[in-house]
Amino acid sequence: MFEGYAQIAIFVVILVALIKPVGIYLARVFNNERTFLTPVLGGIERGTYRVLRVNPEGEGQDWKAYARSLIVFSLLFWILLYLILRTQGIQPFNPEGFHSGPWDLSFNTTSSFITNTNWQYYGGETTLTYFAQMAGLAVQNFVSAAVGIAVLVALIRGIISRSGKSLGNFWQDIVRILLYVLLPMSIVGALFLVSQGVIQNLSHATVIHTLSGGTQVLAQGPVASQEVIKELGNNGGGFFNVNSSFPFENSSGLTNMFEMLLMLIIPASLTYTYGRMVGSQRQGWAIFSAMFILFIVGVIVVYMAEQHGTPAQHAAGVHTTAFHGSTGGNLEGKEQRFGIADTSLWTAITTVTSTGAVNGAFESLTGIGGAVPFANLSMSEVVFGGVGAGLYSMLLYVILAVFIGGLMVGRTPEYLGKKIQAREIKLVSLGVLFTPLAVLLSSGLASATELGKRSLYAGINPTGFSENLYAYLSQANNNGSAWAGYTGFLQPHAPGNVGAFGITFANLLGGLVMVTARFAPMLFVLAVAGALAGKKVSPAGLGTMRTDNPTFVFLLIGIVILVGALTFFPAILLGPIANGLTGRLF
Amino acid sequence: MAHGLRKDLLTGVIAIVVMTIVLGLAYPLAITGISQVAFKGSANGSKVSFDGKVVGSHLIGQEFTEPVIGKNGKPVKNEEGEVETQPDPNYFQPRPSATGYSGNVTFFGNAGPNSAEAREEYREELKSYVDENKPYDHTLTREQVPVDAVTQSASGVDPDISEANAQIQAHRIAAVRGIPLAKVEELISQNTDNRSLGVLGEPGVNVLELNISLEEEAPLK
Repeated sequence: MFEGYAQIAIFVVILVALIKPVGIYLARVFNNERTFLTPVLGGIERGTYRVLRVNPEGEGQDWKAYARSLIVFSLLFWILLYLILRTQGIQPFNPEGFHSGPWDLSFNTTSSFITNTNWQYYGGETTLTYFAQMAGLAVQNFVSAAVGIAVLVALIRGIISRSGKSLGNFWQDIVRILLYVLLPMSIVGALFLVSQGVIQNLSHATVIHTLSGGTQVLAQGPVASQEVIKELGNNGGGFFNVNSSFPFENSSGLTNMFEMLLMLIIPASLTYTYGRMVGSQRQGWAIFSAMFILFIVGVIVVYMAEQHGTPAQHAAGVHTTAFHGSTGGNLEGKEQRFGIADTSLWTAITTVTSTGAVNGAFESLTGIGGAVPFANLSMSEVVFGGVGAGLYSMLLYVILAVFIGGLMVGRTPEYLGKKIQAREIKLVSLGVLFTPLAVLLSSGLASATELGKRSLYAGINPTGFSENLYAYLSQANNNGSAWAGYTGFLQPHAPGNVGAFGITFANLLGGLVMVTARFAPMLFVLAVAGALAGKKVSPAGLGTMRTDNPTFVFLLIGIVILVGALTFFPAILLGPIANGLTGRLF
Repeated sequence: MAHGLRKDLLTGVIAIVVMTIVLGLAYPLAITGISQVAFKGSANGSKVSFDGKVVGSHLIGQEFTEPVIGKNGKPVKNEEGEVETQPDPNYFQPRPSATGYSGNVTFFGNAGPNSAEAREEYREELKSYVDENKPYDHTLTREQVPVDAVTQSASGVDPDISEANAQIQAHRIAAVRGIPLAKVEELISQNTDNRSLGVLGEPGVNVLELNISLEEEAPLK
């Protein structure tokens, strides 16, 4: 147990140490300043602008133009990815000879990757060509992450802009984020992962004659190049169906630590970047503190819960106490090399960020341990959250907290010198409530009708209820982790798509939820940025409510919990909490 | 507005093509090329050999089974005509797996915490583990069976077992292979992967590597 907490402490120390240097670097990228990579990449950057017909010296886009570029870009990529998934039979890099799966599955998968969700009804190694994984899905791992960061940068520019309506240039932001942040970090990270055992090749699956005379087929593929950006961009879609629990994606305690850092490094550093860009590091640290407190509570709860066995294990007489040479605890759905601590820490990280990659099976978590991913998603991915998306969503909560705090003390609400007025609050409320509403409507529809029942694995009981609720919670919040028994795709002759079919209801509803719950809040955020841009800044006075002190941190935490708890607590009670409170088996 | 939209469409079309080529082909192919030169072994699955033949991957667990022999002295076949197998007591046995240690069709077992079906599986695993090992270690009780020995891993191909699990099985291996228990324990410690850098992850005994070193030490006739 000591070793477990020590590993959590090591993770936190490394993360916090990286926040400042990475945060400063990101700020330089977003402010279009020189970085240490400019001598190498400056020429490529200028060349890219010429090819794309973008003028980086132009006057910038107002919020509507910025949003239009974003929508056009995402829509075009949606069409391209759908075409890639539908034409597998004619693609190169297809040693297994896979054909395309069902159309409704492609619809879901396309929507999933365009929106940075990476929800997976499909199994990567049994359905997709290497071409589709590389040129289809992994491209979205980069691009959807860059889009999330771009929206954040636009919002920050709106908050700090003193004159004019410009939020910057969308195309330029995307190019710089890809070229200076995501691509270089991925190159270094991918090579490190390969050196540690994560595979990277284009070979046919290897047939092995095992030691005791049997046969085992080992899937191959370009895994490391996809694995690194899947964590770094908070995407989470595994090359393999069992995601980062598969040793070819995550081979040791070291790769596990590295991948966990990849997931949090950008979302955590962005709080520092934010402080730097608004001209007050304390503002950034205040937001970081609120996020960190909510995060670390979840880590400890899930770790403590998983050190105990489950009711099913106790009923069978399994001895789940730790002793010398055995981790003890609930090792169902967990890997020996990660044990309880690293699986628990990963579980919290992947659900506070919008990654959704897993190194263990969520459906096999204890009741209370499983309540942590639910709670994290209920807070609408604002605790670090997805790259960019987490902080821009959190800033909506910050403005909401300023508004509520202002009402409580009878002041005109102001944030960083800008008056928060009716238009902003309407947009913020829409932005905050849209995702929870999408979750409740879709999961309600699925659990109240026969159409949703076909997707259940555990049946009609608390675990089955959890499967269904989590499926839509995860898709609407663009997370992508799952109570993986829940399915929208059946594949009787795996590997290969022969005879495979989708559950159309689950695929279409999920796809629509992912797309709307990604892009509608983005538009509200950009509208808020537009409303704030060019507003006069009034100097802070004695009457100004401070947003950089502990009082505000706790007010912000309170608002986040209040919105999440009021919306989802009754539903979560029926799923994981019911499992956690009873010894009954179903 | 219409002009802006046309311009966005043009830039957008060029952007998706350029980005797909750079991020979707150039980047992964370059990483593949470098890896195939610099990290050939690990990039291709960390394969391990015995007697000059590749028998598996250091990272991927596998089954150690023998055919079930029927009363007529021939291997029993199931309905699909495949030979039925059972765990081979001559080898250290890995953790239970939902996928039968498949390396190309992976899925989670998804046993829920309150699943009655899971309880039955745990009971069976516990019983067969004790039945298999108790004849060689009379003091073995159910309380001593470590949790990794009866629960399914996440990947279905967990390459490791816990040290406690290996030490219990050591009694059986020593007896059936006719080598001293101390020797088996020495092999276990040689094939234990410690925590990365001494702190990260959990120690685990690599079952395939351990069984290979058993074959080298005391080959089956």
